Amino acid sequence: MTATVSITLTVNGETVRAEVPPRMHLADFLRERLALTGTHIGCEHGVCGACTVRLDGEIVRGCLVLAVQANGMSVETVEGASDSGELQDLQDAFRERNALQCGYCTPGMLLTAQELLAKGGVPDRETIREHMSGNYCRCTGYQAIVDAVETTARNRAAARG
Amino acid sequence: MKASAFDYARPASVREALELLGRHGDAAKLIAGGQSLVPALNLRLLAPEILIDLGGLADLRGITVEGATVRIGAMTRHADLLGSPVIAEKLPLVAAAMPHIAHPAIRNRGTIGGNLAHADPASELPAVMQAIDAVIVVRDASGERRIAARDFFTGIYETALRDGEMIVAVEAPVAAKDERIFFHEFSRRSGDYAIVGLAARATGSGNALADLRLAYFSVGDKATLAERAAAVLGAGPVDATRLAAAQAALAEDLSPQDDQQASGSTRLHLSRVVLARAIAVLTGDASLAGRATA
Ligand SMILES: Cc1cc2nc3c(=O)[nH]c(=O)nc-3n(C[C@H](O)[C@H](O)[C@H](O)COP(=O)(O)OP(=O)(O)OC[C@H]3O[C@@H](n4cnc5c(N)ncnc54)[C@H](O)[C@@H]3O)c2cc1C
Ligand code: FES
Ligand code: FES
Repeated sequence: MTATVSITLTVNGETVRAEVPPRMHLADFLRERLALTGTHIGCEHGVCGACTVRLDGEIVRGCLVLAVQANGMSVETVEGASDSGELQDLQDAFRERNALQCGYCTPGMLLTAQELLAKGGVPDRETIREHMSGNYCRCTGYQAIVDAVETTARNRAAARG
Repeated sequence: MKASAFDYARPASVREALELLGRHGDAAKLIAGGQSLVPALNLRLLAPEILIDLGGLADLRGITVEGATVRIGAMTRHADLLGSPVIAEKLPLVAAAMPHIAHPAIRNRGTIGGNLAHADPASELPAVMQAIDAVIVVRDASGERRIAARDFFTGIYETALRDGEMIVAVEAPVAAKDERIFFHEFSRRSGDYAIVGLAARATGSGNALADLRLAYFSVGDKATLAERAAAVLGAGPVDATRLAAAQAALAEDLSPQDDQQASGSTRLHLSRVVLARAIAVLTGDASLAGRATA
């Protein structure tokens, strides 16, 4: 019963092979097997968004995807998106706007916000709130997070000219 | 919490999936997007011996139009429906409901087949499917059955699916040219399950409503067509008196439950409020919107 399964996937650009028990979810796999602890775990039932990662380029709940389901796919974590520099201005805006306190929600917030920002344009605050509605923050009260996302959207639009 | 241990199979065809389902019976669970199943596994509300992953079944994914029918494969994701120009044009009520379903990260995984099979009474799509007269196409090892959406949902998390059957597609008639739609839900936070919701559609013009469907969700143990109220509203031109009679009839159509979100009487009240708003939109007569109570 419950034999492990071999999986091969790409994580932050590198090929990873592993034997996983089917019940292991992707967030645990990233944290425990690959020591990528930027992916946080809050509720483990899809409600908080702390475990957000990208799967084939789209944000998903790391706690609601089994590692075996990610076989053959490409995963990016906050570490990968941070190292590549694509989040730099957003991270700066989070710091300047005090959009984090304990930081537990921040990796999920960054990846979720980046998905909206990648669509281009300057979303209004309502749209930002709607897009971020699946991510809990217990500290900031959200205003500062919306500020940071809005600021980044404006700056990027200005940079595009 | 962590899920208990289980085995895992990833069939390459529907036939193979059905064969596995037939072989393992109750010990098996299908997994589509996992957005309802994995929470239940992590909370140990379910402990199957084996998961059968439908993720490899590419032929169950996609939206096609065949004549006057739109066919949506069971593995089509919420995000695919939300982004589809075909859905926006041909099934506008589905398009209107999609933004209310969960959050972007969940819509990137959750599927229509999984959503309908899960049959959460607070879920939007079971109501929408009834409002648009959709048919749920299910298959087992011996063949296919077509079940009208209005007969598919039988109770809390309960459907007409039999052992060994799975959903392969949903089919719905293309919306009529003069179709008018309404969708609204009351919820505490965007993306949360609704406290009361209504998906409605009608054809006709002005205050004459034909083919009216009023599909309520999160009121009672399953999404429900309010047939008495619809009959009252369809019997003649809609005015304030007729609307009030329809609002009164909702007491017979619906069996609202008490839970931690709201009492049954609050739900009935909200069902009447949202009916008035729906009728104002469908008839184009804004003065009807404020007629909140019967
Ligand atoms: C935080 C959160 C908020 C949510 N909010 C909403 C919301 O507001 N509205 C809403 O409607 N939903 C909501 N959902 C649920 C979401 O829509 C799910 O995606 C959906 O209910 C299940 O689809 P799935 O593909 O993920 O199915 P799975 O979780 O994989 O499966 C669900 C069930 O259906 C069965 N199943 C799956 N596919 C088939 C098939 N083809 N044939 C037969 N049985 C099948 C499985 O065995 C299982 O019992 C939310 C989920 C979360 C985690
Ligand atoms: S840990 Fe995944 S959503 Fe909370
Ligand atoms: S900063 Fe603490 S949870 Fe968001």
